Amino acid sequence: MEKEILVRYERCLACKSCELACAVSHSASKTLLGALAEESLPQKRIYVDRIEGRNLTITCRHCEEAYCIDACISGAMHRSLEGQVTNEGGPQKCIGCWMCVMVCPYGVISSARMERRALKCDRNCLDETGTPACVGACPTGALVFTEVEEYEKTRRRQYASKDILGRGGINKAI
Amino acid sequence: MKTMDKALEPMIKIFAQNELETPWDRYAAQLPQCGFGELGSCCRNCIQGPCRIDPFGDGPQRGVCGAGVDTIVTRNLVRAIAAGTASHSGHAKHLAHVLKRWAAGNTPDYPVQDEGKLKAVAARLGVAIEGRSTREIAGDVAALALAEFSEREEALAWVATTVTPGRVETMARLGAVPTGIDSVISEIMHRTTMGVDADPVNLLLAGVKCAIADYAGCHIGTDLADILFGTPKPVVTEVNLGALKENAVNVALHGHNPVLSDLVVQAANDMQDAARGAGAVEGINLVGICCTGNEVLMRHGIPPLTHSISQELPLATGAVDAMVVDYQCIFPALADAAACFGTTLISTMSIAKIPGATAIEFDETKGLEKAREILLLAIEAYKRRQGKPVNIPATKSKVIAGFSTETIVGALSKLNADDPLQPLIDNIVNGNIQGVVLFAGCNNVKVTQDRNYLVMIKELVKRDILILATGCGAGAFARHGLLTPEATLEYAGPGLKAVLKAIGEANGLGGPLPLVLHMGSCVDNSRAVDVAVALANKLGVDLDKLPVAASAPEFMTEKAIAIGTWAIASGLPTHLGLVPPVLGSSLVTRILTADARDLLGGYFIVETDPILAAEKLFSAIQERRRGLGLPVQEAACTREVD
Repeated sequence: MEKEILVRYERCLACKSCELACAVSHSASKTLLGALAEESLPQKRIYVDRIEGRNLTITCRHCEEAYCIDACISGAMHRSLEGQVTNEGGPQKCIGCWMCVMVCPYGVISSARMERRALKCDRNCLDETGTPACVGACPTGALVFTEVEEYEKTRRRQYASKDILGRGGINKAI
Repeated sequence: MKTMDKALEPMIKIFAQNELETPWDRYAAQLPQCGFGELGSCCRNCIQGPCRIDPFGDGPQRGVCGAGVDTIVTRNLVRAIAAGTASHSGHAKHLAHVLKRWAAGNTPDYPVQDEGKLKAVAARLGVAIEGRSTREIAGDVAALALAEFSEREEALAWVATTVTPGRVETMARLGAVPTGIDSVISEIMHRTTMGVDADPVNLLLAGVKCAIADYAGCHIGTDLADILFGTPKPVVTEVNLGALKENAVNVALHGHNPVLSDLVVQAANDMQDAARGAGAVEGINLVGICCTGNEVLMRHGIPPLTHSISQELPLATGAVDAMVVDYQCIFPALADAAACFGTTLISTMSIAKIPGATAIEFDETKGLEKAREILLLAIEAYKRRQGKPVNIPATKSKVIAGFSTETIVGALSKLNADDPLQPLIDNIVNGNIQGVVLFAGCNNVKVTQDRNYLVMIKELVKRDILILATGCGAGAFARHGLLTPEATLEYAGPGLKAVLKAIGEANGLGGPLPLVLHMGSCVDNSRAVDVAVALANKLGVDLDKLPVAASAPEFMTEKAIAIGTWAIASGLPTHLGLVPPVLGSSLVTRILTADARDLLGGYFIVETDPILAAEKLFSAIQERRRGLGLPVQEAACTREVD
């Protein structure tokens, strides 16, 4: 099974290290200090927000039936061979019509600062172990890069140990 | 809701119309704030960092140097205490320099205005008075004040001569007796830097020591300001935006030190004609913001305009011709609002410059001349404003302030001339007054402005708690009309009402004292300590036995953290209405809220719900009453006030 970027929301402390790392991984120099010196400052594609007292980190789900691919009139938005949904490196150029922005149910597509071009998570940020930049940067392990099966198994164990066996536990599911 | 103060709502709208940010906007943009910072578990003290400790246990538990979360949280906390101490002490030091220079003949605009206070302070410090001139005595007092900041062997004089022997003993037992104010601040910076003190308890005691030095600095500030500018007596004035006048040169005094604000008040008296000559038929209208506002309110009845987080909003009236600032609590954002609404923002201290402000370097050797220069700028600003529409809300309330320790004792002496404290003690003993709560501190955008203060006070006064207040806390009560006899009649419980009535009538007021006794600025929290010490000494107990507590329901600054720490070191249960950045360490949290009780007698009560907070404070006071064998609320009934 494919690995996905999944979020353990209860561990997010909104430090925004993921936002910084995502942006830096899309810079030319790939370092924070180098990125600051670049003409075009890099942009994040992961979003840390706070709603009703809870921290929410949201990133592109690379959906199977991606609405953004359906809505894309130019053919820029496509699924890569690795299975990532992206509007870059594809058959056509993005024309900045923002249809993908409008149809994305998660609100995780934004715009490039200086150009008329949609910007989204492209998984073009993997380190030498194949881990996405945001996951690598997360200090509390709120962001995990794992198979859905592993994630759900861990959740079940947490629930069981805390709520059924009463072992307490530091994680309260959102 | 952003604020309970209705006067500010039209101002907030005008800010929005002008696309100007308010502190609430800036706070919203900051969200979500970093949880590591909120927990106190982020350390930036060396270049091997910045290090974070994972509160969930899986990530790093130690910084690169090996510091654990207890060490990191404590280091951050005591650095905040040191910063607060440096602020209050910087204010005190400034006054001490002025007094010293006057004694030497260099600052003719700063004569000692209260010789009685000078002599009282001198006597307390062991300075000879008989047959000596005011200048000689002042010189000695100033020298002693400045010496407090240096390297010495003995306990700070402003601690040793003002608190109970019991407190000095407690501090000595804990190794927390400060010998020099700057010395302990510097020691804290040393101890908290990488690789020095890693023992959290040791560090916390250092923080307590530093906080006690902060208390000394505050007390010096109060004493010297009284000596130079007069000890406050009762004043009646008004508060809030309605105090602005369309046809006057409105000048807002903001910041802290009466070294600046008192001179502007004096200079304004001589410039009324100049203002009228410029077309301002109502002359110069001075108003105050934050602590310096409190200083000139207490001594001159200058109306407070607003406080703390709402400091930018009055500029939207378009009627604030100038805002004169010195240091502390001054939001740099004022420069943007000033530029938008035509206010001349004037900074006066080389240590406190603000981009966008007009910098006039204040010079104490020609204080009045500089104050006049500042007022001339304000008059120029008025000329530019003439004829333009203003938006002054009519909202204002009556304020009765000026409750220095001397005023309170003076008022009580009308009930008992030989033993003024006796009536107060009698009424605490018989339960008409269940206890005393001192409200201090700031506003904070994280709380609807003034809400915690207003909810808490009503819960406490109906249970016959006597209320003292300082700083922006007193300001919050003032802006909602609680510094009035009417508020006493409306909200006070029967016992409290009877006592405040008796004192008021004995003083010829024809009604009760106001519901809140405004004791002054934040350094004037030392006045409240003087009252508590006097009570404790009379009762023959230490401060940690008194039914007296403190509350900072909406605190913001490092200064507040320092004062809160000396409040618990004084033996007072001290409520905080926001969670301080210590929860990353369960050890520190436990020490501050529980263990402190055994070590110091005082302890922190952290409670964000104001109703629960009032209940907890009341319980703490009842516990103290039981400890003294006094009847507690359920059993007490209103007794005759003699």
